[in-house]
Amino acid sequence: MTTTGFIIATIIKILVVLGLFSALAGFGTYLERKVLAFMQRRLGPMHVGPYGVLQVLADGIKLFTKEDIIPQNAVKPIFMIAPIIGAATAFIALAAVPILPEFEIFGVKVHPIIADINVGVLFVLGVMASGLFAPLLAGMASSNKWGLLGAARTAIQLLSYEVVTGLSILAPLMMVGSLSLIDINNYQSGGFTDWIVWSQPVAFVLFLIAGFAETNRTPFDLLEHEAEIVSGYATEYSGMRWGMFFIGEYANMITLGFLASLIFLGGFNDWGFIPGGLAIVLKVSFLFFFFLWTRAAWPHVRPDQLMWLCWKVLMPIAVLNVVVTGIVLMM
Amino acid sequence: MSLEQFKDRNVAQNYVHIPVDKPPQKPMDKFKQVVRRTFKGELFVGLWVVFREMIKRDFHTVKYPLEKLPISPRYRAVHKLYRLLESGNDRCIGCGLCEKICIANCIRLETRYDEKQRKEVTEYSINLGRCIFCGYCAEVCPELAIVHGQRYENASEQRAHFVLKDDMLTPLDFLKEGKQEEFPGFGAVSPNADERIKKTPTAY
Repeated sequence: MTTTGFIIATIIKILVVLGLFSALAGFGTYLERKVLAFMQRRLGPMHVGPYGVLQVLADGIKLFTKEDIIPQNAVKPIFMIAPIIGAATAFIALAAVPILPEFEIFGVKVHPIIADINVGVLFVLGVMASGLFAPLLAGMASSNKWGLLGAARTAIQLLSYEVVTGLSILAPLMMVGSLSLIDINNYQSGGFTDWIVWSQPVAFVLFLIAGFAETNRTPFDLLEHEAEIVSGYATEYSGMRWGMFFIGEYANMITLGFLASLIFLGGFNDWGFIPGGLAIVLKVSFLFFFFLWTRAAWPHVRPDQLMWLCWKVLMPIAVLNVVVTGIVLMM
Repeated sequence: MSLEQFKDRNVAQNYVHIPVDKPPQKPMDKFKQVVRRTFKGELFVGLWVVFREMIKRDFHTVKYPLEKLPISPRYRAVHKLYRLLESGNDRCIGCGLCEKICIANCIRLETRYDEKQRKEVTEYSINLGRCIFCGYCAEVCPELAIVHGQRYENASEQRAHFVLKDDMLTPLDFLKEGKQEEFPGFGAVSPNADERIKKTPTAY
């Protein structure tokens, strides 16, 4: 492929990923409201469009036309830039994620990954981790005590759970011997029994728990815990800046779904009679549904319980898992 | 929700007391509790409960302006003034008891003698912005002329809308179609009223 062709293909991929995933993030909010409503014996959004499908559009119009308020004592440039960090890191992280298996369109072979780098996992986790600057800066810049508390919680929660994510993912990486997500995917090409989740169940559970904490989802959504700190770091935000935090959050959920599917659940390899492209969509959808499911079922934890869980339970288990994996690999 | 459930005021009989264990005191007991809870699968019970509710699709939402819950016949909402069934005249005889008993001072009526020397009610107004819906007027009315209806949506743009007699009085065409139903609720005669009547003391 020529350089020009490569650049054009990359730009098209970027546009498709950006458009598709912001739309999916928007649609995710509709799904979340609907699923939560059904689980709580409610109807959810019903009035805009058939079964409320167009509610996303109505919300979008509302968010775009709302006044963008910046509090008087806020640090203006940081306050304005924080939501952009949130949304941008979420989409940048998607750049190194292979979304579908290779396919041909108009006779051109397409690799559905924007940047096939050999340290894919590292890049994705690193960019997702740098997303913690969004709530941190937002909370600290908005000159609001709830925002400040939210920012403090960001620091403890996201930073601590980075450790668990890294350690839990280390064991499968030791088995595969590569940081490229495509290599990890190909490692599991032998079918259902080759999935890493069967050889690394502990790592899978740890990764999911840490993922919940890092995407700020319910059992660990301390950053904006309504009952305690109003809306946490997002208290002072309104309109589209507020919306960007949530597009970022939902995009992060989808990214995490892709990561968990690729690393542990066999990725986009064919699954029995299901073709690979459909298989990974199913897996990611299930994980996304799982995010909503737990939100309906499980209560929040307190910040001290969160820290206790991270440092006294999950991290030792993760370290043990790495050690045991190492010993088994050596033998 | 059925009307029977709705009228059941003795709700305490349906209360269930959930036994609560004492929290563990020693560190070892605390550790045991953590282990027990970790492997008991309580989290999965929670997941199953909400999933079951989702697939049952047993929704409890009332789409309020489109559908309404039944209300008790004893509910005290905006008043109604009834007419006599045959003649179609107002039932109100202008005795003024409701005006007298009203503790919010919101009822006002004006009467005069008509050409047959019968009392006629010229004005009857209830200031609903002030009314506390206690039901005394309906209770005291000797003619069952004023009763509490079941129209509880009384928001309006103007205060003047709260006092109109025409809104409360049964329209004549309604009466002709037989749509004026006797009100079983507040201030109404009880179903066994005949049995409860006592003779005057001089008779026994």
